[in-house]
Amino acid sequence: MSRPLLIRGGRVVDPSQSVDDLRDVLVVDGVVAQIGNGIDPPEGAREIDARGLVVTPGLIDVHVHLREPGGEHRETIATGAKAAAAGGFTAVCAMPNTDPVVDDPAGVGFVIAQGAAAGAARVYPLGAISVGQEGKQLAAIGEMFEAGAVGITDDGNPVMDSGLMRRALDYAQAFGIPVADHPEDLGLSGAGVMNEGVVATRLGLHGKPNASEDVHIVRDLMLADLTGGRIHLQHVSTAYGVEAIRRAKTRGVRVTAEATPHHLLLTEERVEGFDTDAKMNPPLRASVDREAVREGLADGTLDVFASDHAPHHYDEKEQAFADAPNGIVGLETALGLGLTYLVGEGLIDLATLIQRMSVGPAEAFGLPGGTLVPGSAGDVTIINLDEAWTVDRDGFLSKSRNTPFHGWDLKGRACYTIVGGAVVWEADRS
Amino acid sequence: MKQPNASLGKDLVGLETLSAEQILTVLNTAEPFKEISERRIKKVPVLRGKTIVNLFFEASTRTLVSFEFAEKRLSADTVNISSSGSSVAKGETLVDTARNLEAMRIDMVVVRHGSSGAAKFLAERIPSNVINAGDGSHEHPTQALLDMLTIRDHFGKIEGLKVCLVGDILHSRVARSNIFGLLTLGAEVAVCGPKTLLPLGIAELGVTVFSRIEEAVQWADVLNVLRLQLERMEAGYLPSLREYNQVWGVSQARLDQAPKDLLILHPGPMNRGVEIDSDVADGPHAMILQQVTNGVAVRMAVLYLLSGGAPDTAEAAKEGAEV
Repeated sequence: MSRPLLIRGGRVVDPSQSVDDLRDVLVVDGVVAQIGNGIDPPEGAREIDARGLVVTPGLIDVHVHLREPGGEHRETIATGAKAAAAGGFTAVCAMPNTDPVVDDPAGVGFVIAQGAAAGAARVYPLGAISVGQEGKQLAAIGEMFEAGAVGITDDGNPVMDSGLMRRALDYAQAFGIPVADHPEDLGLSGAGVMNEGVVATRLGLHGKPNASEDVHIVRDLMLADLTGGRIHLQHVSTAYGVEAIRRAKTRGVRVTAEATPHHLLLTEERVEGFDTDAKMNPPLRASVDREAVREGLADGTLDVFASDHAPHHYDEKEQAFADAPNGIVGLETALGLGLTYLVGEGLIDLATLIQRMSVGPAEAFGLPGGTLVPGSAGDVTIINLDEAWTVDRDGFLSKSRNTPFHGWDLKGRACYTIVGGAVVWEADRS
Repeated sequence: MKQPNASLGKDLVGLETLSAEQILTVLNTAEPFKEISERRIKKVPVLRGKTIVNLFFEASTRTLVSFEFAEKRLSADTVNISSSGSSVAKGETLVDTARNLEAMRIDMVVVRHGSSGAAKFLAERIPSNVINAGDGSHEHPTQALLDMLTIRDHFGKIEGLKVCLVGDILHSRVARSNIFGLLTLGAEVAVCGPKTLLPLGIAELGVTVFSRIEEAVQWADVLNVLRLQLERMEAGYLPSLREYNQVWGVSQARLDQAPKDLLILHPGPMNRGVEIDSDVADGPHAMILQQVTNGVAVRMAVLYLLSGGAPDTAEAAKEGAEV
């Protein structure tokens, strides 16, 4: 067993138990043993002096693409898990749209094994909803659950067949796992590569209307209502979508939903100049949508702050806009962006951001952690709110560099990432 | 009035970012180049020793030939690369193709590509002058320049004229370049076509939108009739070409309802009996072949200006003076 770990004198912000106070946290045998003041260190304990720092439950990113197997030139499970740890995340959920698709228990087992070997953030696999993510036949959902999948999704390939989606929501209930959906109607998206509107019109790029997302958000809410299943809506980007989720929650529909840093901070204007690092799916939307996503995150309609970390090799982004792939990396910038622009500018307070990054995601996917209640997993993130730093994509631990936030000045960064009581990442504080 | 004399910079990627003075510089510089094509020996030494690559990732006849004549009549050495059979078709990326050409020490690239933004992408990555010969649905600046030159030849001005673009605005780079250029020069611009082929937010660019051709005919001084790609019907934007012709086709019967004679432009190639009827295309107000003639002169002007030539020395350059 690893050495006990005593984190001394930090400001503990644990929204799961409404704590925001100076406390010591003791982790023994990989679990939180005690939280209080003046805790005596057990023999052989490692001590971290957290005075002046913020101590939170380990942060969780429920939406990352680790690309392995099949896309190891973009990211591997090891590099992704290390990038996650460097970004303050103690756990991530890996999307199954790899090559081959994770749609069977062997694939789930592979991701778990690679994650464990990485020795960084915990890696929880999601399995596919359908075989090969082809939207035709249910994948081996029960077997994948037994192998350790924490949810199912066809992220990347929207489930166009509403009947299949209904069956997935019904079937997954036996295992208590959510169905995560990338809500998008491909017919409405057509050849779109950015948000539909005057920017797209001027640039001569085909647009995706908000309706292509809204139609599937509303459909998924109806199907969750019909089945009693748990739907998790990924990367919500539209005003109508946020409002539809808000109303569904008041009716008691079992829905959780995500907001990404880029949809909270950027708009379609960022595509000016055909910048492929501003190309993602769903696309950056209009400012009214960004405002609605912000309100949704603030009032809890959107439960989870997730990065949709989507690494691409620089060659792949070094193309004309329409030809470049969707997505940006986010693991190493999400916390800093949230602290600087969401907390720093007063949209939400620190406890709310931590809630959306810890207990919110843990509850959405039924994960251990997200709390420092004694007996829970000894996953802890220690944050220096005062550290000013500049995003430098060339310094990322991720294999990829595709970020629209390169060069942004941020304030606040993780300085220790602790998984099961072991320090898996520690900032150079010299 | 002072002669406009504004540098175009390194590249011609589009008209959106050009000032009125820059556009007028091109149009005025095209004037002295017009007569070269009327000579018995159609060659002047303006671009002697310059190497130009026409890099066409999409099929083109008219634009490629027009550029090639412009280059050759100015004595440039030219190479044409088309996508089929080239390294482009073998999976080489756009940037690698460009860098390889650059390594052979070329001076200019004329590029056509199916993706919006491709010309700008290239211009930002190589030191050669880049001329956009059409990028996706974005811009086709030399086409709009030749359209404007043709309009000016006829009316003696652009400012205050009413120009309506008719047809598939959604997919049209010709439409966007015309909208940007004409608005900058002070024309009024409208678009007309089925709503399935009008991009969202088009009115925010400052254009009037007509859903029916009858309204456009009442309003306009000039109709610029765009080619309707046959694929649009298959993709579900339209019920049929026959219906398109019945509702939006430019026919003499429709033009007869106009309060004045309208100038008719078409960037070609025409689908007779679809977007334009033969009686209009072959009629006295169609400037379609004049556009083609002007295209060579406009492209000569652009090549000359980007190679560092000044508008007021174009005449001297034609006789062999160093520019």
